[in-house]
Amino acid sequence: MKVLVAVKRVVDYNVKVRVKSDQSGVDIANVKMSMNPFDEIGVEEAVRLREKGVATEVIAVSCGLQACQETLRTAMAIGADRAILVETDAELQPLAVAKLLKAVCDREQPQLVILGKQAIDDDANQTGQMLAALGNMAQATFASKVDIADGRAKVTREVDGGLETLSITLPAVVTTDLRLNEPRYVTLPNIMKAKKKQLDVLKPADLGVDPAPRLRTLKVSEPPGRKAGIKVADVKALVDKLKNEAKVI
Amino acid sequence: MAALVIAEHDNATLKGATLNTITAAAQCGGDVAVLVVGSGCSAAAQAAAAVQGVARVLVADAPHLADQLAENVAEQALAVASGFSHILAPATAHGKNVLPRVAARLDVAQVSDIISVVSPDTFTRPIYAGNAIATVQSTDAVKVITVRTTGFDAAPQGGSAALESLAAVADTGRASFVGREVAKSDRPELAGAKIVVSGGRGMGSADNFRILDPLADKLGAALGASRAAVDAGYAPNDWQVGQTGKIVAPQLYVAIGISGAIQHLAGMKDSKVIVAVNKDEEAPIFGVADYGLVGDLFQAVPEIVQELS
Repeated sequence: MKVLVAVKRVVDYNVKVRVKSDQSGVDIANVKMSMNPFDEIGVEEAVRLREKGVATEVIAVSCGLQACQETLRTAMAIGADRAILVETDAELQPLAVAKLLKAVCDREQPQLVILGKQAIDDDANQTGQMLAALGNMAQATFASKVDIADGRAKVTREVDGGLETLSITLPAVVTTDLRLNEPRYVTLPNIMKAKKKQLDVLKPADLGVDPAPRLRTLKVSEPPGRKAGIKVADVKALVDKLKNEAKVI
Repeated sequence: MAALVIAEHDNATLKGATLNTITAAAQCGGDVAVLVVGSGCSAAAQAAAAVQGVARVLVADAPHLADQLAENVAEQALAVASGFSHILAPATAHGKNVLPRVAARLDVAQVSDIISVVSPDTFTRPIYAGNAIATVQSTDAVKVITVRTTGFDAAPQGGSAALESLAAVADTGRASFVGREVAKSDRPELAGAKIVVSGGRGMGSADNFRILDPLADKLGAALGASRAAVDAGYAPNDWQVGQTGKIVAPQLYVAIGISGAIQHLAGMKDSKVIVAVNKDEEAPIFGVADYGLVGDLFQAVPEIVQELS
């Protein structure tokens, strides 16, 4: 069984982004870029499936700038067997990425596609569900446990108020939540090995997809600030403030 | 123009997040219809009909829709989509699961997690964990939108919409429901609670986390947790407040032993009043707290409970 795993290059989660003064976007020049943390969990899950003998091949796919090759090398250092970059300088929105991934799925015919539940830059939480809909596939989002058996995936999902378990037919799309696994540390020998693995580069036109954005960003602004309040001396003062000043209890 | 809201419900009751979404839908202009997809869901449909501002309630009631699987709910929404300029759902686990399928099938973009409606085609939404607010305009014919509930007031009671029953779509057969583990709790739901008490890594262990129980009981509060506390196994994942968990905006948010990482602040900084208890006086949480108490939480929490008695 082939597993395809989608990875996105994003601003590292430790970086606090700054809004540009002309409100045209956030300043990401010279900031550290990394693999989206939820996608890293996705790669780890795919590699574990191969190590368990469930998957035969793990293919990492990314869409975007040439620099995404670094992200794909990281995926291969974790253990993906090969990689595909759909290279474009165009701004990519979730619908376009879902269409590109659908086209890659048509070529590769994976039984399972794993994506992070959301990217930590645009926080959209859409691509996996859109891919499932376009490919007419079942989906299990926000997964915390995945078992593959008898042509189906049994997936436990994180939902409001607890957990839900679904059994879905393959091929299917799974999106990862935090507790699915803890990604391994990438070792130097594996980084070296990853450099020799196959990385194919395609263009959106090769896949017959028009990735033009549908949403126009008119401006990006600072969120309304919140001023620090006061420090209270003790619990008595705190409870007094809440009762008599803020009047919230 | 007309807006369709996909209701979040458990067949018996309408979930509060639906009410905030109805308010957002009304701001988009035009009539608001609510779609209730479920099994034996007439009580939930009646509740939707009684909400002010709702003109129609469309009900698809069939046994195979009981568990509201994304594939089937999306098909049901698509079956009625043609009459609507806006299709909205709450930005909850349920809405996020279903709505992108609808958008993709309509070949339109989705605008996720909006916090305000600027005009019928322009909305604001937080990006980068709330560190920036983007104003986005949709160029598509149909606007498909998930709504961050804390950005909109709940629509009040006082409606009397007509119920229209729909032919249920066929089961796609691609997914089946196996089971649900719902944590039983007498406490209010985290996302809609008036008071939230959250614990962080400073709690030290799952056992220690229990010292927040009496405080939450005393305040009638929901319990929450930081991602660090969830990762460490001190608290269940659905308690997580933050960019990748729940976004809350209660009247009072009490952060105990939470340092205040950016991704946590993204989930609670719209709370009306924030209280922080932390032993590190440099902790970033004090930068957003209205009232900060520097001290040992294991001493402070029982003292607060006592003071409230």
